[in-house]
Formats: sequence, structure tokens, C-alpha cells
Amino acid sequence: MATQVVMPKLSPTMEEGQLARWLKKEGDKVGVGEPLAEVDTDKATMEAQALATGVLRKILVAEGETVPLGAIIAIIGEPDEDISALLSQAESGEAAAANKRSIEDSVKAGGDGAQSELANVVPDGARTQATIQGQPLAGDVGGAPSNTYETAASAGQTPQPGGGAGDSGAARQSSGNGQSGAGAATGGSGGGGRLIVSPIAARMAAEAGINLQTLKGSGPGGRIIKRDIESAVATGAQQAQSQQQTQQTPAPAETPAQQPQQPAAPAVFQQPAVEGASPYTEVPVSTMRATIARRLVSSIGPVPHFFLTTEIEMDRAAELRRSLNELDPELKISINDLIIKVAAVALMQHPAVNASFQEKTIRHYQRADIGVAVAVEEGLITPVVRGAERKGIGQISREVRELAERARARRLKPEEYTGATFSISNLGMFGIDEFTAVINPPEGAILAVGAMQPKPVVREGEVVVRQIMRVTMSCDHRVIDGATGAKFLQTFKKILENPLYLMT
Amino acid sequence: MAVITMREALNQAMREEMQRDPDVFLMGEEVAAYQGAYKVSKGLLEEFGDKRVIDSPITELGFAGLGVGAAMVGLRPIIEFMTFNFSILATDQIVNSAAKMRYMSGGQFKIPIVFRGPNGSAFQVSSQHSQALESWYAHFPGLKVVMPSTPADAKGLLKSAIRDDDPVIFLEQERMYGNKGEVPDEPDFLIPLGLADVKREGKDATLIARSMTVPIALKAAEELEKQGVSVEVVDPRTIRPLDIETIINSVKKTNRVVVAEESHPFCGVGAEISAQIMERAFDYLDAPVKRVSGADAPMPYAKNLERLALPDVATLVAAVREVCYLD
Amino acid sequence: MSELKVTPMKPRAQSGEDSATGTAAGVAEQDSADRINPAELRQEHEQRQEHQRRSIEDVDRETLTRMLYQMILIRRFEEKSAEAYTLGKIGGFCHLYIGQEAVAVGSLSALRPDDYVMTSYRDHGHSLVKGTPADEVMAELFGKAGGCSAGKGGSMHLFDADNNFLGGHGIVGGQIPLATGVAFASKYRGTDQVTLCFFGEAAVNQGAFHESLNMAQLWKLPCIYICENNQYGMGTSLARAMSLQDVSQKARAYNMASEFVDGMDVLAVREATARAVERARRDSEPTLLEVRTYRFMGHSMSDPGNYRTRAEIEKYQERDPIKVFSDSLKQEGLIDDAAVADIEKRVRAEVEQALKFADESPEPAPEELFTHIYATPINK
Repeated sequence: MATQVVMPKLSPTMEEGQLARWLKKEGDKVGVGEPLAEVDTDKATMEAQALATGVLRKILVAEGETVPLGAIIAIIGEPDEDISALLSQAESGEAAAANKRSIEDSVKAGGDGAQSELANVVPDGARTQATIQGQPLAGDVGGAPSNTYETAASAGQTPQPGGGAGDSGAARQSSGNGQSGAGAATGGSGGGGRLIVSPIAARMAAEAGINLQTLKGSGPGGRIIKRDIESAVATGAQQAQSQQQTQQTPAPAETPAQQPQQPAAPAVFQQPAVEGASPYTEVPVSTMRATIARRLVSSIGPVPHFFLTTEIEMDRAAELRRSLNELDPELKISINDLIIKVAAVALMQHPAVNASFQEKTIRHYQRADIGVAVAVEEGLITPVVRGAERKGIGQISREVRELAERARARRLKPEEYTGATFSISNLGMFGIDEFTAVINPPEGAILAVGAMQPKPVVREGEVVVRQIMRVTMSCDHRVIDGATGAKFLQTFKKILENPLYLMT
Repeated sequence: MAVITMREALNQAMREEMQRDPDVFLMGEEVAAYQGAYKVSKGLLEEFGDKRVIDSPITELGFAGLGVGAAMVGLRPIIEFMTFNFSILATDQIVNSAAKMRYMSGGQFKIPIVFRGPNGSAFQVSSQHSQALESWYAHFPGLKVVMPSTPADAKGLLKSAIRDDDPVIFLEQERMYGNKGEVPDEPDFLIPLGLADVKREGKDATLIARSMTVPIALKAAEELEKQGVSVEVVDPRTIRPLDIETIINSVKKTNRVVVAEESHPFCGVGAEISAQIMERAFDYLDAPVKRVSGADAPMPYAKNLERLALPDVATLVAAVREVCYLD
Repeated sequence: MSELKVTPMKPRAQSGEDSATGTAAGVAEQDSADRINPAELRQEHEQRQEHQRRSIEDVDRETLTRMLYQMILIRRFEEKSAEAYTLGKIGGFCHLYIGQEAVAVGSLSALRPDDYVMTSYRDHGHSLVKGTPADEVMAELFGKAGGCSAGKGGSMHLFDADNNFLGGHGIVGGQIPLATGVAFASKYRGTDQVTLCFFGEAAVNQGAFHESLNMAQLWKLPCIYICENNQYGMGTSLARAMSLQDVSQKARAYNMASEFVDGMDVLAVREATARAVERARRDSEPTLLEVRTYRFMGHSMSDPGNYRTRAEIEKYQERDPIKVFSDSLKQEGLIDDAAVADIEKRVRAEVEQALKFADESPEPAPEELFTHIYATPINK
């Protein structure tokens, strides 16, 4: 007899779970007690086990999707059994709501230690509903309880309608690579597909130009509420703005389709909203990552910065520059042009830094589009050098000069100064030794470059004079951790100190 | 400014208005010789005599209609119902006569009458003596409905009600007669009808309370302040006409609303306020308007059940936390 | 209690004996109403005329002529109202006063202009006699801006504050406490105005009637309660609705003065009212008058009157108060046929003019929907 597999309650405070990974695929045989999937709860990643024997007939929740407790996530049955009745039940959502209630009741009855009793939840007449039992994965920590999903209301938490990989109607399940339609997977619907948003939140979002689809609601049933918008405004997740700008400007002659690209990874890249901006892939923000993000934001500000500083010996880079300029006086390559190129190359080796935090997903960029801070009369603007990793230093140099010129003339088009993946700000020409720069959201990091100057350093036990430059990278801690940033800087430093690496 | 009870404030209001205008008289059960079932009319018989302070038979329909007739030809009656539960017997005269006379005569008559008395729950008096009827009377155009929550409001509003040229349903609360508060002494201290009062300012949520629920709301707001939630308490004071502007302004500021009332929820004033907020400030809401009402059951006698049937500080605190998404 | 026999579904006139109510005074005559023989009816008619001829001596000719004019005015006005109703010019409820003219005309003729009158929804006659111009009454029936209640009251709610006509009231018995309050105000202020309160006999079963009579006698209020007993409350005959059918007897429960009056005799009504007015004005004492009358038409224009026999109606038409009164006046030589014809002519002109006025009067302006709700609206 076919059975429904529901999102199990795997922690006392759990209201919903994110399906981290399926350990079985449709058609696989499963047995009682066998691991079916990994589930991110609010506390840890847990393994969900099958409580029925048969074939995994249908997967109803895609990896990365978050569904409420009790939602039907799969169906186990005999290979040739008719499961259409169970499927339609799953779609109606009634079963899921009932499951959730009965799970809650049984937990109440059994106290915190009652998780194992979930296995016994209730056959209902003609069908059996199997729940799945969870065990913490080795090495995972319980962590401090998070109350984020403990809002009373089960009301409004609509279960996901069915739709597996083979379901033609399941467009929002296109996330084989984890970048589903942002709306369904990340919207404030608690997984119900429809965006649930409080009126004031909708109004504020419209005024601030925030795309609600990018937000996760913290209200009951995933309702997007006022504080979610306030937090989004603070973090500057203003996608809608850039979309708007695109609409306002004539489309550039060059479209991404006309630029044959060599994917850096086998991933399929999403087309960006800004014309000419880098395509990207997105992976869902894990429950833990979301918690980290929230906590960091609430502790030190909307974009939680941290800073990494390193000293770079620039003698060889300076030598390279001199040589190149001697080869062709027209080139007029600057140290900054070299820095841009090196940063772009280093970013390709550290995709975790070439990324941005998108509330419910982390966006990893295909290209290194480097924003170059240019001081202009009324302030600062960062024109973007697209795909710097693939461009020659001479080309970068020409582009930067041309962009800077037009920036000062205020003739940049919006798509020329938005949508960078990483920025560089250089105040060396002002004699600044070292400084920290503020991240330009939603970019993940910015590099602050100080002046290159001769300094005594110790090399092989001897004091020698070297051209030293100090750089400080500001990182968005929601997307970049300390070690991640440090490794990037290590590479950056290595290449700049030995520019021959550019040839590798 | 003297600190006096609500009972004394109401008494002062009637005394001052009777001194001021010989057309004002008081009629009701036990208002004269007995000095008022709740002593609100204490001393008035002695001062004004039995021509103006009149004990009526237990005949609510009769003396309510008598008052309306007297008002048609220019007197300014104050009709006391011993409790508003008994006004149910008089609703024909209040609704069919008082509320309609001006309209159906094409404006030829004004009906300057006040129906007053305690409304709502008391102390263990069970189902027939614990009803809050404001939604009944507020339903009808032609009536004004007033519900004071402090001695000062009681005095200022009752004086305005007596001077008003329209029928006013003035709803007191037995539980509040002994509540004390500062009341201005000047004889022309009036509070205009139709003006809400922000009893406490706040920014996170608006608690709209009236009559008995106002002191409860203020206590809840204090409690919530300790929990870091800033609550604005708005007292409409007049239910009809309702000062919806003050309410809407508060909602636009806080985006979250709880309406507290001791009446039953169904078709109640809280429902009306909720609907108007939805109509006028939908785009400012961050959460559905939450009502905290008396239980949707007749009032029981047993003390524990009676307590359960009425809003208290804890239920208001919980409701505010709910609309603020704090639990 | 087990001995009590009740036959609620059949009129008592056909139920033979009824031990529960058989002892009530005045019941026998009503029960046998259909069986009155023509000789008795003639005798009654002669007695009434004899009374009128005696009474005429006490009233001046101008008053008598005016009373006849008013009775005919009501009759023709109501006939035209019925016609206008069938033409769709009058809507809603329209309760006619045909057959009861002697009550309003007789009783109001005993009043001073500053006395108050209040009545039920059958109010056209009282309003016309109290002084409301026929134009304004008809316009009100037509729902026009020129109506005495600005088109907002309609047939049931005629008001005329200038003439102290305090309205037609739509809830059976509702005006009785109101009139009691008006009388209370007169006493409170020390004026000697009296209040006439009219109601049908069906209202006597309402609590409002009993509560009011109790208060009026208790506080000695100058109010005269006039029960126009037309013997039907809508479609239910008195016998089927009232345990004690002698309405005037009910005053005894409140120790109040009362009289039974022949409502087909305009002068009898005038005299009885005058006695009650004197009691009220001089002694501030209320009175209950039971005026026996008869509706010639149905309860309202939407009532075909199927519940009454043709013989019943015809019999009472022989007692037509206008015919009785004009016969008496002729017999006494106070008017002749030409004078009556002249009255008819003037009445018809007045009613035609009223119809014209009502037709031509504009409808109330749309904004009038929201006026007159409050005397002191609160504008913020």
C-alpha cells in the first residue's frame, strides 16, 4: 500500500524544514529505517529515515525547498501501484495540515523526548501516512534554539503542492541546480507559492523599490512583514531598482547571448537583470547560513563587515608595469590596472568571494565584474569592468581610463556602474597608507588599496627596502567567512608579488 | 483639580447642568428617594425637589418614551436606566422614536435627551445583568453613544451630552463607579462629543479600548513597556460619532492594532472599528487587526468563569505581542 | 385553569358561547353585530340625530360649518389618496381615515390651537384638522420635498410642529408614552396645554398603553387618550384579540376617568372631548375615551378587507357620520343643499389643488438623504 512521507518534526521548536538533499531518487528501492533525505531544521541538519518499504515513487519537494511541518514530501509505494489518489491529497493540502496537527499533538503528549513516537502517527482509514524519523548527522551541533519559526500560526502555512522533476507543471521546481524561480522557492509564502505580505510591508517595499520575491517573511506562515522590509532596506537588497534602471536605458547592442562564454563550472548560469552584468548561479541559503546572517545583522549592522589587511611587496608588479609601458608607450598601464586584473584572476580561484548575499540564496557569479571606485566632483561612482579575468591588462587599462573619463563627465549609463561582483577602491594616489572601504551592496567584498611606498623589510635575515602596498578587504560576513577571505587575499598577494602567475 | 470618583463626577455633571438649565430633569428607578441604585444621583432630590428628580415605576418602555415626548417639546430629560440591561425593554422608544423623530419629521424636532446608566458586566450578576449593549445603540443613525473611562471624561462628556440637542446613550460601568481621578473644577469643563483621546502614546502597536477596558489597556501597556514594546492606547470615548481620524492616525504610526472590549465580539464595535481600519488604512497594516472581546457566551455566574469571560491584562498583552509578531 | 375554553382561531361572533369572556360588558352587542335588524339600526340613527339636534344649539354656526367642511375634506382627500395610490403616486403603506372623520373633527374642535395632538400611522385626518395644509399632506404622501415632513416621513409620519401636530407614529402604541411625555412637559412648565393622543384599539394590548396610563394617572398628567375603536386590528377582529373588549373599562385599572363615546356622532365626540379637556386643563387629570367607530376601507391600501362581510360594511355606511351630521344641520335649518354643494365644491378645489401641488413639488434633493439625522452633527 502506498504511503505518504511527510516533513517530520525533528526538533522541539521546528515549524518547517528545508529539504537539504535527497539521498534517494525516484525509482530507488527504500526500506524501513533507510535514510531518505537530509533536512535542515532550525538547529541542525538531520537525516530523515523512511518508515515504509517500497519504491520511492514520487518526490514532491525539491532540494533547497522549505516546507512546513507535516507537508507531504514524497510517496513510497509499489512500483506499479496507482498513487494518483495520494497525489491529489497531497495537492489539496488537507492531509498535510492534519499531519501537522497530529504531529504537534503527539509531541505535546510525549514531551520533548517524543520524537521517536512520531513513527506511530496514525493510519487514517484507507491510507497509511508514514512520517519519517530523524537522527542528527554526526558532527552536527544542536545549537542554540532559534525562535524564528516559532510563530504560533500554523494558519497560513500552506503545504507545497506536489510536483516532482517529471511534473511538467512544476516550473518552480526547475531547481535541479538549486536556482529555482526566486519567487516560489524564496518568497515569503512559507513555501505555498503565493506571496504573503502585510499591507504596510507591500507599501514600504514598493516605495523602496524592493523586490518582495527576494525576501523571506518572518511572520506567521512566512508572511513578509514590516520588519523584513526594514531589514532589507538596511541591507540594500534592492534588485528592483536595478531592474528599473535597465528598463529606462536602451538595450546595449551586445547581449549576453552574443558573448560566447566558457562556463567556469558545469553549472548553468542565470541571466542577470542588468544588461551586460555577469550571469550567475544561486544556491539556497541554508538554514544555518540564514541564522548566521540574521544574527550578524542584528549584532553589528545591516551588512556585517569584517576586515582583512595584508602587506604586498610590489617590486615585481612595478617592474612588470614598467616593462609593459616601455614596450608600448600608448599603453599607460597603471598599478591599479594590474590590481584589477590580479583581483579578477584571484576571484576566479575563490568563487566564494565573488558572491553576494540574497537573503534566501547566495549568488555566485560566473565572471569577475570589477567595480572601480572613481572620485567625481559630487562624490564617488564605481564603473564596472566586465569579465576582467578574461581581459588583457592593456584592455582593462583602456576601459578604466575611458570609463573614468565618462564618469567625471557624468555620462555613464546605469548598466555601466551597477552590477559589479567585487569592487576596488584605491586611495594610493592621495598618499593614504591604509584604509577600510564600505561594501557596495549587494557585493560581497571591496578591496581598499593604499599607497605603494618603499619600506624596510626583513628578507632572509636582512633588512632590505621593498615597495610595499597595504590592502584591506572588507567582507560581508553573511557570505564570506574569515578564512574564505584570507585565502582569497593570500592568492591575490601571491599573484601580485609574482605577476608571472598571470601566465598560468 | 480635585481627585474624585467616577460616581461623584457623574453626580457633579448632573448637578451643575440642572443648576444651569431648569429644563433638565432626571427620571428613573430609585433615582430620588433612594438616592440612586448606585448612588450616582445622591443629593439631587434634596437640591432640586421631586418635580425635577423623579422616581419612576419599573416601566422602562413607558418612562423612556415619556422622556422622548418631553424632549420633543423642549425639555432636556436625563433618563437613568438602573442598568442598561433593562433598556432592552425601552429599545422601541429609543430606536423607533428618539433616533428617528428628527429625520422622519424632516428636521422639525430635536430630541435633547440623555439615556444613561451602567452598561456591561458587574460582579457575579450572571447573564441578564452583565450585557454591554453599545453596538446595539451605535448601530442607529440618530443616536450618539458615549462611553467614558475616567472621572474627568465622565464629567466633561456627560455635561456635553446633557447640553447636546440629540439623543445620547451614555454608557457607564458599574465596576468603574469607584475609580478615582483628577477632575477639573470649573463649571464649564466640557469634553466635546466625538473626540477620541490618546490615553498613552506609543509607536509599536495601537490598543483601542473603551470604558472598562481602558484601565486594563493602560496596565497592559505598562507591562509591555517592560518587555520593550511601546503601546499607544486610544480611547474613542464617543462610539458614535466615532473619531476614526484619531484612530487611523495612530494606526498609520504603529501599523498594528488590537481592539479591546468587554462586549461580545460578533457584530460588535470592535468589528466596526476593525472594518473601518481595513477600509481606511489597509496599506498601513503590518498584521491583521486583533480583537479581544468578552466571551461569545452569556455571562456566567461562577467567579472563575466570569473572569474567563472578560478581557484582562494578560490577554491584552498576549494580543499585542501577537500583532507585533513577538511570540 | 383546566376549565378554560379558548377558541382563538374563530371570531367570537360565530363561536356561540364562550365562558372565558362572556361576562364582559358590551360584548353581546358586538357579537350580534351582523344580526342587528334594520329597525334597530333606524332607531339608533334617530337617537343619534336627536342628540345632534340638541347639541347643535350649544355650538356656533361657523364652527358647525367648519366641522362639516373638515369631515368632507378628509373624506374627499382620502378618496383621492386611494386613487393616487392605485396610480402608483403614493407608495408604501397608506392607511385611510374614511368613516372615522367624526373622531378627529369632533375631538379637535374641542381644543385650543396651542394644544398638542399625536396619533398613530392613520394620521391624514388628524393632520388636516390640526391645520396642516392639504397641499403639504398630499405632497408628503407623494414623497415630495414640499411635504410636511420634507418627503422623509410619508403617509405614516406626518408632522407639523408649527401647528403642534406631533406626528403620526408607526409602531402600534408607540405614540402613547410619547404623548404622555408631552403632557408631562406641559405640567412641568406649568402651561395649561393639553395633549390628545389617538390610537387604535389594537394598541390597547401593547404594554406601552398600560405603562403610559399608569404614569399619567400617577403623576396627574394633562393627557387625553382617545382609543379609536374601529374593531379591527389590521385583519384581526377585536373579539379575537382582547380578553376584556370594553376598552373604556381598562381605565379603571389605573383609577382614571373614562367615557364610551359614539364615534359616528361628531358632536358627541366633541362634547366628550370637551369634558376631558376641562378635566385636564383645570385639574391636570388624564382621561381615557373609547370612541366606537368603523373603518369603511381595509386596514391600508394593500388590504382588500376580505375578512369582513358585505352586509357588515353596508350597515355601517348607513351610519356614515358625514351623512348623519349634514342631515342634522339641514334639519335644524343651519345649512341647505346648496350650502352642502358649495362645501363639496370648495373641498374638491382644495383637494385638486393639493394633488397639483404634490405632483409639481420636486423630489427631495439627493443630499437630503443625510440631513436631519442630528440636530448638532459633529464635524471634525
